Amino acid sequence: MTICNACRYCEGFCAVFPAMERRLNFTPADLNYLANLCHNCAECYYACQYAPPHEFAVNVPKTLAEIREQSYCKYSWPRALRLGPWWALAIGLIAAILLARGRSAAGADFYAVISHRAMVATFGIVAVFILIAHLAGLARFWRQCGERLRASALVKALSDILTLANLASGGAGCTYPDQRHSQARRRFHHFTFYGFLLCFGSTTTAAMYHYVLGLRAPYGYASLPVALGTLGGFGLLIGPIGLYALKRRRDPAIADPKQDPMDVSFIALLFFSSLTGLLLLVLRETAAMGWLLAIHLGVVLGLFLTLPYGKFVHGIYRSAALVRSAIETARR
Amino acid sequence: MGHELITSDVIIAGGGNAALCAALTAREAGVSVTVLESAPPEFRGGNSRHVRNMRCMHSAPTDVLTDAYTEDEYFADLLRVTGGQTSEPLARIVIRESPNCAAWMKTHGVRFQPSLGGTLHLDRTNAFFLGGGKALMNAHYAAAEQRGIRVLYNAEVTALKICGGRFESGTVMRDGQSVEFQGKSLVVASGGFESNLEWLKEAWGPAADNFIVRGTPYNKGKILKLLLNGGAESVGDPTQCHAVAIDGRAPKFDGGIVTRLDCVPLGIVVNQRAERFYDEGEDLWPKRYAIWGRLVAQQPDQIAYSIIDSKVLGRFMPSVFPPITAASIAELAASFGLPPEKLEATVREFNRSVAPGHFDHNLLDDCRTNGLTPPKSHWAQAIDRPPFLGYPLRPGITFTYLGVAVNENAQVKMKDGAASPNLFAAGEIMAGNILGKGYLAGLGMTIGGVFGRIAGREAARAAQS
Repeated sequence: MTICNACRYCEGFCAVFPAMERRLNFTPADLNYLANLCHNCAECYYACQYAPPHEFAVNVPKTLAEIREQSYCKYSWPRALRLGPWWALAIGLIAAILLARGRSAAGADFYAVISHRAMVATFGIVAVFILIAHLAGLARFWRQCGERLRASALVKALSDILTLANLASGGAGCTYPDQRHSQARRRFHHFTFYGFLLCFGSTTTAAMYHYVLGLRAPYGYASLPVALGTLGGFGLLIGPIGLYALKRRRDPAIADPKQDPMDVSFIALLFFSSLTGLLLLVLRETAAMGWLLAIHLGVVLGLFLTLPYGKFVHGIYRSAALVRSAIETARR
Repeated sequence: MGHELITSDVIIAGGGNAALCAALTAREAGVSVTVLESAPPEFRGGNSRHVRNMRCMHSAPTDVLTDAYTEDEYFADLLRVTGGQTSEPLARIVIRESPNCAAWMKTHGVRFQPSLGGTLHLDRTNAFFLGGGKALMNAHYAAAEQRGIRVLYNAEVTALKICGGRFESGTVMRDGQSVEFQGKSLVVASGGFESNLEWLKEAWGPAADNFIVRGTPYNKGKILKLLLNGGAESVGDPTQCHAVAIDGRAPKFDGGIVTRLDCVPLGIVVNQRAERFYDEGEDLWPKRYAIWGRLVAQQPDQIAYSIIDSKVLGRFMPSVFPPITAASIAELAASFGLPPEKLEATVREFNRSVAPGHFDHNLLDDCRTNGLTPPKSHWAQAIDRPPFLGYPLRPGITFTYLGVAVNENAQVKMKDGAASPNLFAAGEIMAGNILGKGYLAGLGMTIGGVFGRIAGREAARAAQS
């Protein structure tokens, strides 16, 4: 960091370097902030005159990636419920199968397999848990920065988040997976992110149908919940596959292999949530529906259980870091 | 193996900005091009990998430059720093072509940004490379690869055959083997001899052992020597180099920008005898840092110490090495191995001479000393608030002035006055034609870019005729 602060050649790349320059000394909290502000594009690594094999051996993206991973653990709460992704998946599947108890039903009658009440109760509890866990993590992260929220900063940060502005690199795209500039990662992340949002929107509208309009699932193919879910589902197929393919080609000089299980399990759970969901949609009129429903809900439950402890939190802390960066920038 | 021959229409010796500008231009003129870079890929680009910006003429604000910077002002700046040691025709070519060169670079993947924080006074005159010089070189090499330019790394030119001013062939060391290369024309863009300590000793004597080379260890000046021995006319003072005062703890080579120290004007500088030797506040630091390398080089053992107190902390760019800190001047002297009583006396005398004034480190303020020799003309404040801080200073060599003479087509001029038909030079190796002495930030990159393109164009033309 001292080397970076004395050099400053990278300050045009992303939000990390201006944030670094606003400080002379770096507390662990500062480092966690910078680490979560970093989008891990490695532009600064390739441009660094002090990168290995130079004796200074500066490798900002890798260093920040390692700090970032530790920060996920540090801010997570409650830590006691931290589950490995495969345990979470197993628990999710077992729970769903127990609920389904091998029942089958004709005509896409999901609630004949798992009652609506059981479904809502299970996911409701998990959702409340996720919400509390994320809020706790966010509060722990934010408490260390001591900034007051400002609306303008929120707007700026939101725009940075929705466009992944820090991966734009002046329009050329980031240096991921290798030294060449490319928009690939940004696009696949958009597929994933907006896919996730659409699926969320699908669930929300379905809940509205159920409770407000009194319409019971299954909904028609042209209905809003199914349309949103299908679109989002495709996003969550394309996005994760792309991100995984890019990740496999990632320059080993920058990658932190310790994080592979976390990254890959998140990508895999997103992908399989979507895959099983789409299969369920297509085969919902068949006898396979019962099992598919159980598997789909099991995978989704597994995904949800890992959210507060897995890669998903990058979105929480990065968003908070972007808000803080926007506040700091505005103050200048 | 061992008998393979490297052939190409145009051979480029060197791998920095000038070399790659020449290579790209020649290739786009339709000839085959081979680049011989003596460094390995990780350290390619010579001193260009350490640069930040290029100085550009412009008549109106651009996306990265403010206000305007006219040809006449640009040339006046050059006259001022060189004291007239320049070639006006060549200088005006560089200045007039500078905006075209920057625009051309953009079309070849080079990206610019507004000036960096902490580099006041340059946002009007200098266009900064986004990510700095290594990013620039990455863009150049990516463009070269796209266009089918052959780049050989670890390829150090060891011999050149020049007959009657005409380049015939040469030898390059590749993986410990001598390989001959032939081309219809040759562009030399291989820099100066600033990392050749033996050569520097010829001019500086044993003092050169204490110099630190700020840039690449690969600028040994071998090709420069080969050319001069092969009958090329020289320009520039062979004994002079551009040296700045940098942190004495910097690595011997390749420390680059981070080894700079910007605190000199904020305190006093003493030598090993704990004596001051020059006006630390003569002018704004960007205008003075370049003379301090020489000043330190003239002191015993080529070392000096910048001494400040905690009042001025945070008023200069942070440096990569932490300051030596002490509760008293005597203690600080002891940690540097300076005579404590002497340093205390020097500081006492300095403090006594400080006249009252309004301190402002951003302009030439009225804080000066009275009756002190040497005086401190600006930013003189008593050094009296502990803890006291110190940084060791050493001369850091940036570049050398000796080069080969060229004409407006970048053709190397021979001692008999004739211009070589197929031997061209660009970049630092010919910068002495324009920058005979002194220094103007970002001019080296402009000379390299403009003359690189000229050399590439003319080398291709020579190869095609």
